[in-house]
Amino acid sequence: MYRIHAFLLGTILAWTSAVASASDAVHQHRLDNGLNILVVEDPRAGVVTSMLWYHVGSGQEYRPLTGISHAVEHMMFKGTEVRETGEFSRLIAREGGRHNAFTGRDFTGYFQTLAADRLELAFELEAERMHRLVFDDDEFQREMEVIREERRQRVDDPPQARAFERFNATAHMANPYRHPIIGWERDLDRLQIEELEAWYERWYAPANATLVVVGAVTADEVFALAEKHFGAVPDRDPEPQPEGREIAQPPGERRIDVTFADARLPLLYMAFNVPSLATAEQPEDAYALMMAAELLDGGRSARIPTELVRGQALASSAGARYTATARLDTLFTLSGHPAAEHSLDDLEAAFREQIERLHDEPPTEEEIERAVRRLLASEVYQRDSTSGQAHRLGQLEATGIGWQEVERFEARIRAIEPEDIQRVAQRYLQPERLTIGRLHTEEQS
Amino acid sequence: MTAAASPSRRLGASQPQALTRQVLTRIVAAAVALLVVGSVKAERLTPEIANWTGPGSAPVYFIAARQLPIVDIRLVFDAGSARDGDTPGAAQLVTRALDQGTEQTDADTIARRLEDAGARLSTSVHRDRAEIHLRSLSEPQALEEGVATLEEILAGPAFRDSDVDRIRGQMEQDLRAERQSASAMAQRALYQAMYGNHPYASPPSGTQEGLAALDPERARAFYERHYVAANAGAAIVGDLEQEDAEAIVERLLGALETGEPAPDLPAAPEEPAEREIRLQIPSSQTALVMGLPAVARGEEATEYPLRVVNQAFGGGGLVSRLHQAMREDRGLSYSTSSRLNVLPASGPWLIQSTVRADRAEEALEVLQDEVQRLVDEGLPDEEIEAAIRHLTGAFPLSLASNNALSAQLAVLVAHGLPTDHLDQYIPRMEAVDGPAIREALADRLRPERMVTVIAGPDVDEPDHEVEAE
Repeated sequence: MYRIHAFLLGTILAWTSAVASASDAVHQHRLDNGLNILVVEDPRAGVVTSMLWYHVGSGQEYRPLTGISHAVEHMMFKGTEVRETGEFSRLIAREGGRHNAFTGRDFTGYFQTLAADRLELAFELEAERMHRLVFDDDEFQREMEVIREERRQRVDDPPQARAFERFNATAHMANPYRHPIIGWERDLDRLQIEELEAWYERWYAPANATLVVVGAVTADEVFALAEKHFGAVPDRDPEPQPEGREIAQPPGERRIDVTFADARLPLLYMAFNVPSLATAEQPEDAYALMMAAELLDGGRSARIPTELVRGQALASSAGARYTATARLDTLFTLSGHPAAEHSLDDLEAAFREQIERLHDEPPTEEEIERAVRRLLASEVYQRDSTSGQAHRLGQLEATGIGWQEVERFEARIRAIEPEDIQRVAQRYLQPERLTIGRLHTEEQS
Repeated sequence: MTAAASPSRRLGASQPQALTRQVLTRIVAAAVALLVVGSVKAERLTPEIANWTGPGSAPVYFIAARQLPIVDIRLVFDAGSARDGDTPGAAQLVTRALDQGTEQTDADTIARRLEDAGARLSTSVHRDRAEIHLRSLSEPQALEEGVATLEEILAGPAFRDSDVDRIRGQMEQDLRAERQSASAMAQRALYQAMYGNHPYASPPSGTQEGLAALDPERARAFYERHYVAANAGAAIVGDLEQEDAEAIVERLLGALETGEPAPDLPAAPEEPAEREIRLQIPSSQTALVMGLPAVARGEEATEYPLRVVNQAFGGGGLVSRLHQAMREDRGLSYSTSSRLNVLPASGPWLIQSTVRADRAEEALEVLQDEVQRLVDEGLPDEEIEAAIRHLTGAFPLSLASNNALSAQLAVLVAHGLPTDHLDQYIPRMEAVDGPAIREALADRLRPERMVTVIAGPDVDEPDHEVEAE
């Protein structure tokens, strides 16, 4: 049965390819002040998503200023020289829009989704706070209270998140990704409003930002609207992105064990220091690592779900992840909760075996074909969401990889041979690059 | 900071407070018309829904969306956790075990077949329904492979001992994880107090006792009773002809026994089982949740006013009263919100917040004061107008992707709503006015029926053991 089925798939694969490569065209334009603009015309639903990406995040931070990018993001919802606090949100809400913001390691992003004919409102407000934000001390003090609550909610309360924060800090030996995006508690406690203002002045320059617009608009009208509103923002020399790569030599194997009284589930984390698509000597390395992660955990037919979650039932949940889209060196991570009858040791041994197998045997053609099909189908499904498309383009720009990677994706993923996967596994998935983190529950230790 | 400059001219953002209801309604209508005109490039605001009945008289709703080569097929069953009976967790265990194999085919083969075709199969369980979602490329061979696989699954899931054991083990782990979360424990307690012996009290993730009692026989029995065509419906959105959609439904629901629809649920209780519950949880934040059964599907005259109330009170994200009181004015909380969950038997209006533990009592007072103010004073016209304007303007956003559209359609099917339900949304919302809101508030938001759960460290006199599960 399976063989007949595999035979059918030649045509499906060829077809998927045609669809994926017919993806919507990206239009690019740069304003005189340096603002980079990308537009994808997607007329389907009369809706538009506008996302403004500043190329700054926790990856540019250092102590005692960790969490400062995120804190500035919160302050961006306060007043400007011409508008009082809350008015931005009220105006967008009035027009039936949704808006919010997010902070990552390489970016701080602000988005609005609204009916396409109301895009101008988003531009007007967004351009205004790009250069006319007001930092008020009372509001700052209250907002820091909110941020401390956010930290408690996201990091301090869930035992897994608390453990991940420590594991992550151990795994990144030298680069700033070791800091939590929301910032270390002690740094949040001392952060000064003057520091936020300086951070804003330093990084919120038009030439350090990318505006991504996806929806029922035409590129020309977006460029004209952008010129009208963002064109008035004074240009400033963009801050050079700092060097923050991992140390040159493999750092050596590290191990961290934590026990939390409130933890009910043990957790295993294994992370290898690897290059990202931005830092890889050759892009093939990053693509081969992407494929390795896909083979391990790209779907329910991948190795970890098939062998560890279902087959041996060693883990109640487990997965692998490689973040290729990053400005700095990144991690290739396996993590999971052992099933109740199994120990962290059992799961660690199973993870190590999975890595050994990537070293020892090239994956079969069939496995690779399936992984490629899954990835290309995902490309098609992603086009269903305007914000999904905007996220992808914005991340590629903010990390310095460039949106053009979207156009190269299919060819590059198809070019990966079984031996490439074996080669990158042998080179990067090695003990000298490995951090093992273990969260123990009290009953168990 | 200086006062606001005039916003964009084309939005006509002048003096909304001065407007009468009638004028405002006209403006909203004009705005909606503008929206339609402005989006001529779009092929739909509220798209055309075709409908027919499939095997077992199952309702089927279909929207052709030809722009992307994607097909979303959602099968809904009245098989949510409200049908768990004396084994809480049954509905979820069954959906999770569903794709683990048939007599002929094991889980690995099913996973490979679907993924070779680029298809995604997922299941979900809510209190009122279970859903199976197949997302496929529309290319005929790929779609055929996905449909054939799902057809085989529906015709006879095996519920093997090893698979059921494993999934029960995963669910037990999930319960342990839930106990790490003050919010999750508070929600669980809230539903139990709001609904008492009513089936909506049953937690979708189950209880230890319920899971322990679940074995392959019980899973199979649940499946045979509830996964039948007469208890099902289908929603399809995507790049295919109606006749192809009809054929797909014939095959999928035709693979099931005809069976019987599940019986109607009893009405939600008038009085809560308990008014206030305090749970001792070793967390750094305290979870505050409040709620009461508020509105049943079909009660449109109450539902739409309450939606407006909810939007203004805590549903409106960064512009709601709760956001202002809890976050902007006092810095008490990062997230505080309210929502209305309309269910076939009366669904709840819920308020949820997490706050710093040492200010939990203050925060609780703020929440209670806001509820009381709402009950006493209702909503002023300008807040009503702003909420309606937002809800009607944002409506197209909730239909903007095939995924979102098919999810909406699945709810229509599950709740037996007519095909013009989406078309009715904006007119119904615009018809909401002050008197309707006062009536809905007086009738449904009785503070004495509201349950409050406080879960966190150092709560006074904890009266529930968290381990009591």
